[in-house]
Amino acid sequence: MEQKQEFETYYVPEQSKLPIFASLGLFLTVFGLGNWLNEMSAEKEGSGVTVFLLGFVVLAAVLFTWFSKAIDENIKGLNSVQLKRSYVWGMGWFIFSEVMFFAAFFGALWYLRNISLPHLGEGPTSELLWNDFKADWPLMTTPDMALNGEAAAITGPEATMGNPGFSKWLTWLPFINTAILISSSVTVHWAHTALKKDNKKAFNFWLGFTVLLGFIFLCVQVYEYKHAYTDLGLTLNAGVYGTTFFMLTGFHGLHVTMGTFMLFVQWLRSVTKGHFSHSDCFGFEASSWYWHFVDVVWVGLFIFVYILG
Amino acid sequence: MAHGPAKGFTRWLYTTNHKDIGSMYLWFSFAMFFLGGFFALVIRAELFQPGLQIVEPNFFNQMTTMHGLVMVFGAVMPAFVGLANWMVPMMIGAPDMALPRMNNWSFWILPFAFAMLASTLFMEGGAPNFGWTFYAPLSTTYAPASVTFFIFAVHIMGASSIMGAINIIATILNMRAPGMTLMKMPLFVWTWLITAYLLIAVMPVLAGVVTMMLMDIHFGTSFFDAAGGGDPVLFQHVFWFFGHPEVYIMILPAFGVVSAIIPTFARKPLFGYSSMVYATASIAFLSFIVWAHHMFTVGMPLFGELVFMYATMLIAIPTGVKVFNWVTTMFKGSMTFETPMLFSIAFVILFTIGGFSGLMLAIAPADFQYHDTYFVVAHFHYVLVPGAIFSITAAVYYWLPKWSGNMYDETMGKAHFWLAFIGLNVTFFPMHFSGLAGMPRRIPDYNPLWADWNMISSVGAFLFGAAQLLFLFIVIRTIIGGKKATAEVWEGSHGLEWTVPSPAPYHTFSTPPEVK
Ligand code: HEM
Ligand SMILES: [Cu+2]
Repeated sequence: MEQKQEFETYYVPEQSKLPIFASLGLFLTVFGLGNWLNEMSAEKEGSGVTVFLLGFVVLAAVLFTWFSKAIDENIKGLNSVQLKRSYVWGMGWFIFSEVMFFAAFFGALWYLRNISLPHLGEGPTSELLWNDFKADWPLMTTPDMALNGEAAAITGPEATMGNPGFSKWLTWLPFINTAILISSSVTVHWAHTALKKDNKKAFNFWLGFTVLLGFIFLCVQVYEYKHAYTDLGLTLNAGVYGTTFFMLTGFHGLHVTMGTFMLFVQWLRSVTKGHFSHSDCFGFEASSWYWHFVDVVWVGLFIFVYILG
Repeated sequence: MAHGPAKGFTRWLYTTNHKDIGSMYLWFSFAMFFLGGFFALVIRAELFQPGLQIVEPNFFNQMTTMHGLVMVFGAVMPAFVGLANWMVPMMIGAPDMALPRMNNWSFWILPFAFAMLASTLFMEGGAPNFGWTFYAPLSTTYAPASVTFFIFAVHIMGASSIMGAINIIATILNMRAPGMTLMKMPLFVWTWLITAYLLIAVMPVLAGVVTMMLMDIHFGTSFFDAAGGGDPVLFQHVFWFFGHPEVYIMILPAFGVVSAIIPTFARKPLFGYSSMVYATASIAFLSFIVWAHHMFTVGMPLFGELVFMYATMLIAIPTGVKVFNWVTTMFKGSMTFETPMLFSIAFVILFTIGGFSGLMLAIAPADFQYHDTYFVVAHFHYVLVPGAIFSITAAVYYWLPKWSGNMYDETMGKAHFWLAFIGLNVTFFPMHFSGLAGMPRRIPDYNPLWADWNMISSVGAFLFGAAQLLFLFIVIRTIIGGKKATAEVWEGSHGLEWTVPSPAPYHTFSTPPEVK
């Protein structure tokens, strides 16, 4: 720890093997995934999935070590106030990048609904190319089906994920899920207030409760997907409605999974190791910002994918 | 250990030092510059004469695609990140980058990403052949299988860029020495702050668009497929929402470099410092609302054409502010013309030519004639080669003495400059004419009508390539030996980086300097 004297004000870590192995893990993950997908599309057997899993294990192990190390350094008191601020900036801008990722998909949804589809469903495009295809939303009969003279068996909001009318909201799964997720933002906030008062018991309780709510949310979502696939025939390849529905809610679901996992790790740290105090709780705070972000995205989804969907 | 670099090869693998990482970025970028340059010479060799001589059309398309991708993502962007790594901490008086380990991760992703991208050349079906703009459905329905690896390469290099940008922002906002207020920061730091913001805003959008492609290709979604209600034009909107800010990602740091060099050799402070800052910010803002000027001909409502046309032209105003500021800085200065200054002056003149052809392209009705011709190729090469590449070259000559402790050979530097300057103009100026005469871009064979212009371009390209070999030689020679450099290096230099010895010690500003 001779560096500590040299950089009194800012901790510059010694050499580290983590980044190079993280890069290797990341590379193996995507390289394996690429091979796997290509093999699936070509209906061939291959080693893609093995490489993918191997890469994923390497990456996960490295990240685990990396985070443990960062936590260790903090406990040893190596982190100055300034360094902690760097972490805060880092997390903040990372969340901003995630916002932009979702923006791309929301933008695509907007464009498809308001520009592409109306265009496909009118004038010579519709008459000459797509056999009088009519654009409605949720789109169940695609231009391709119209061309082949087919029509979707199930249409209308009852049979899609769309808004069933305000009177039925209390039994409408997306609404229930909205309630769950918003409550979880509140409970994570309560956990935070408890921590500020160093009330670890309440903190652990509300944090655990938040994780539970996140988990329930995910279960409901899985149920909803199953319902869509088996009962409604609404799938990823059922045209742009299925495309945007599953991609937007799917990426959100992945982020909820991440967020739940992050909060769960913080919960474990608090319960088993006694980490976090009112003045030292960045891991928890960062996860909770992420959680609020995931929540806000859901509100956008609820409005644009479900209510107006 | 803590005082100097570690011994052996693992120094580079495990390092957390901003100078080591900066050097790796710069060398990586240099290597990619030669790889991309090699692809370019394959293209120019084929186009030397009309007819098909050297390569198959499909391979030709792979060359144009790989050339663009390698140059944009492998040469220009990492070079600027390398410069930021070296210079930003030294310019603001910080001990290192804010998050040193993540810094090394950002770098080491790149060799993997580009190895994967380059390996597609040897895959069944060949490398990506749909242009660096990878428009759907060429890049989805009709793409070679290697597109999957292209997509993942873009994903991970995007992750690298985002982490790099986060690091730079955290460094600039959090690690400035006491007294280094925002409006005292060198312009290079300012332009990088804004560039990093652009990167974080648009790299995720690029990730989004390649993800949509991936889903269309492997999971039957219909983002870009009209049969399912999707739209290939959607691809272009999302891509260019990333793409136009991307061109500013490649030029804003260049503005910063030139704004550091010109005052030094004009021996005058930069004219209009604060207007430079505001101009940079305005350019960044405008860059988000002009993307569809790349799409004038795909079909847009008249209103859209007009909005994007006027918004694009607005960019000329802050850009003009910058050009006038550089010129005014030189006005009545006691100028000397060392190599970095030569490259910077050429930057100002030639970048302005590229800006003017940009304005011509921004005129929507005129663009119907220019679009997808060699005129566009001339435009973006004038902003990218004497713009981005010349500024990087200028930066290397300017700061190499600080990095290595040795002066480069001035005569050889000047020779490099003139060869590059002549080579580049001989290559790209004729493209304005072949373009205006109607030659389309991305074709391996062409009407003999354009033969003369193309032959001239090809000769220029090989000259330019040779000039870069000289550059490599000069850089290596300077690192190995040469006249020792002083701490100030240049008579008129100013800024914190010139207060430390040359070569800069492994750790600088372990205790922050006082900035008055
Ligand atoms: C005054 C500033 C500028 C204006 C008005 C402008 C305008 C335009 C327009 C209208 C196009 C589309 C032409 C077409 O495809 O028909 C274009 C293409 C392009 N511009 Fe610029 N531009 C400017 C500055 C820059 C800068 C600073 C860069 C990069 C450093 C740049 C890089 C490019 C590239 C790479 C393309 C071609 C993209 C492709 O199709 O592959 N431009 N520019
Ligand atoms: Cu543009």
